Amino acid sequence: MTKKLAKGRGDRQVKIDALGLPYRELNALLREAVAGGAESIELTNVYGQRYIGTDLMKPVRLDIHGTPGNDLGAFMEGPRITVHGNGQDGIANTMNEGEIIVHGHAGDILAMSARGGRVFVRDDVGYRAAIHMKEYGEKKPLVVVGGTAQDFLGEYMAGGVLVVLGLTLKEGERHRASYIGTGMHGGVIFLRGAVEKHQLGKEVGVAEPDEADRKLLRTLVGQYAEYFDRDAEEILKKDFIKLFPLYLRPYGRLYVY
Amino acid sequence: MKTFLPNKFIIERNHGRCIHCQVCVNQCSYEAHYLDPFSGEVKSRDRNCTNCHRCVAFCPTEALAIRCSPLDYVPNRNWTGEVIEDIIKQSESGAMVLTGMGNDKDHPIYWDKLLLNASQVTNPSIDPLREPMELRTTLGRKPDRLAYDKATGRLITKLAPQLTINTPIIFAAMSYGAISLTAHESLARAASIAGTLYNTGEGGLHKSLYKYGANTIVQVASGRFGVHPEYLDAAAAIEIKIGQGAKPGIGGHLPGEKVSAEVSVTRMIPMGTDALSPAPHHDIYSIEDLAQLIYALKEATNYTKPVIVKISAVHNAAAIASGMVRAGADMICLDGLRGSTGAAPKIIRDNVGIPIELALAAVDTRLRQEGIRNQTSIIASGGIRNSGDVIKAIALGADAVAIGTAALVALGCTVCQMCHTGKCPWGIATTNLALTKRINPDIGTQRLVNLLRGWSLEIEDMLGGMGINALESLRGNRLHLRGVGLTDTELEILGVKMAGA
Repeated sequence: MTKKLAKGRGDRQVKIDALGLPYRELNALLREAVAGGAESIELTNVYGQRYIGTDLMKPVRLDIHGTPGNDLGAFMEGPRITVHGNGQDGIANTMNEGEIIVHGHAGDILAMSARGGRVFVRDDVGYRAAIHMKEYGEKKPLVVVGGTAQDFLGEYMAGGVLVVLGLTLKEGERHRASYIGTGMHGGVIFLRGAVEKHQLGKEVGVAEPDEADRKLLRTLVGQYAEYFDRDAEEILKKDFIKLFPLYLRPYGRLYVY
Repeated sequence: MKTFLPNKFIIERNHGRCIHCQVCVNQCSYEAHYLDPFSGEVKSRDRNCTNCHRCVAFCPTEALAIRCSPLDYVPNRNWTGEVIEDIIKQSESGAMVLTGMGNDKDHPIYWDKLLLNASQVTNPSIDPLREPMELRTTLGRKPDRLAYDKATGRLITKLAPQLTINTPIIFAAMSYGAISLTAHESLARAASIAGTLYNTGEGGLHKSLYKYGANTIVQVASGRFGVHPEYLDAAAAIEIKIGQGAKPGIGGHLPGEKVSAEVSVTRMIPMGTDALSPAPHHDIYSIEDLAQLIYALKEATNYTKPVIVKISAVHNAAAIASGMVRAGADMICLDGLRGSTGAAPKIIRDNVGIPIELALAAVDTRLRQEGIRNQTSIIASGGIRNSGDVIKAIALGADAVAIGTAALVALGCTVCQMCHTGKCPWGIATTNLALTKRINPDIGTQRLVNLLRGWSLEIEDMLGGMGINALESLRGNRLHLRGVGLTDTELEILGVKMAGA
């Protein structure tokens, strides 16, 4: 089976037809291709196979046609993945390094506990996006969501940058997520468009982006616009708000002994 | 606010012996001893004492003793001193009472109500001093059947990854941060010398300890601290921590004070921030989700390492364990009511969960009934105090046990239950470098290796007495246990007969 599907083993560019392949076989093929020196792999007929991009450990380029399954790029270290379609839950779960670009929607817990790397989602994302993202020194995950998000956006955030552009919202429509940044104790969230105070976690402060923030936003929105063929200037025209943690230790006064 | 809390301990200084050398002053991290600058004498502040024995152990003239304060409340089974003082603390703070170590309440300890068998006349006992005894234990998923190549006699069945340990005792998960690097190093080196395993807990793996990877279980908990491909690759096995016996159902907060520079590098979070572990894993809301994370970790390590799932022993542990095995857990770790912690709300530590003995028996029974017991190894933990507890756990169905508190006691811990203060005078539950250097890893390693050797010798002796020469023959063999002082229901759940029957 393996022989039949690993077209061009040893080639720099490899094509894999994932039709009917269980994820374990598919991921074994990917490991084999990367070990064989592949720099770019095109996957077609992907129907929900999980863990694509996990354990590849090289900056290989993956182009996915179809719908990859949960935990796309979980514990990922290096690859650059482009999904030509929607993604599911757990994209970039505990990712360490690399990039994931989704030309569509993404499911729940996008970039959960991510420690590095970048994620760009063209449209909306589900619940608990960027939950418990972290950063340390140079390692800082960057997540840009083109559309809007569900509740618990940026919950428990401990680091990294999350940008939500709201481009899928209709004229006059607002972000509907509640509990935004609840438990947040690090990192920063930039929301394009306003939210009501009751939508925010009580550990979150609100500010206008400063000059350094705007520079970062120009870079990230510029990248988003390039990936998804949008007009960055047009996106940046609308106001952003900056959400930041009020406390480094939100739960410091809970205990006595 | 004036506190109504009385002193807990009285420091007795024998003035005839005290030479005012200030060893106690320097040893006590709670500042319970001080030099009076006016008189030049060393004096004590009873209020600060935690009864950790550090000063007593190091006093060169044996001048110090510590007593529990004789100050009693009016005798009352309901309103004990502890109950009253917890209320005082809370009325003065408005906070949850925090504590360290395991449940100290009077819940039944079933180990003490289970007794072992020995051979007399009808089956000769074995003398382990002269005959070979086998404590070696292989942990991991076992196949339903084995297929051999008839021509060569070679095994055809592909085995899941297995771990072999020389004695059925591993060190329980204790994170770097909750305990010191010197304690971690001692555990790692002892595990490597004794041929067993230690567990990083959820605080990541310090760079200096990667070389003990073959004896290391790395933990993936809800905070995912220090979890990255290199960390997963370094280990012999990966443990998904769902729960901990001391605090079932809740997460953990490593207070910012303990997040020192080195802890910060290892956990990969900024210095001084709280390390917050959420109560659930937010990618696990069901058995199916657990399977997803188990296989994510297997994919991340290319199916080369067993994956352990650790839960605290709770009411439905047996059904949950069945789900865990079906979800792909190669080993399951059950942590009982008396399991220990570096910090937990006292009310949870003392009231949530069930005793390990009952959970272990129920899980083993259930997995046997379902015909899937071979698919996983069971590690029992939570209050294992001596080799008697170990061998009884094996007879109840455990493949191995994990010891946490016992290992720390070997390093000097006196179970004073103040781990959460981060000031451990024994250099164990602290990240303060002035204190952590009190553990010399060479000596710490030796003490732990000695402990494992002592217990292993005792297990061999007990096994030999039963006429058994391989631990594997005792595993789940509950006929070698009898109960005393137990109800019919307790005996039924434990699957043992009453003594005399």
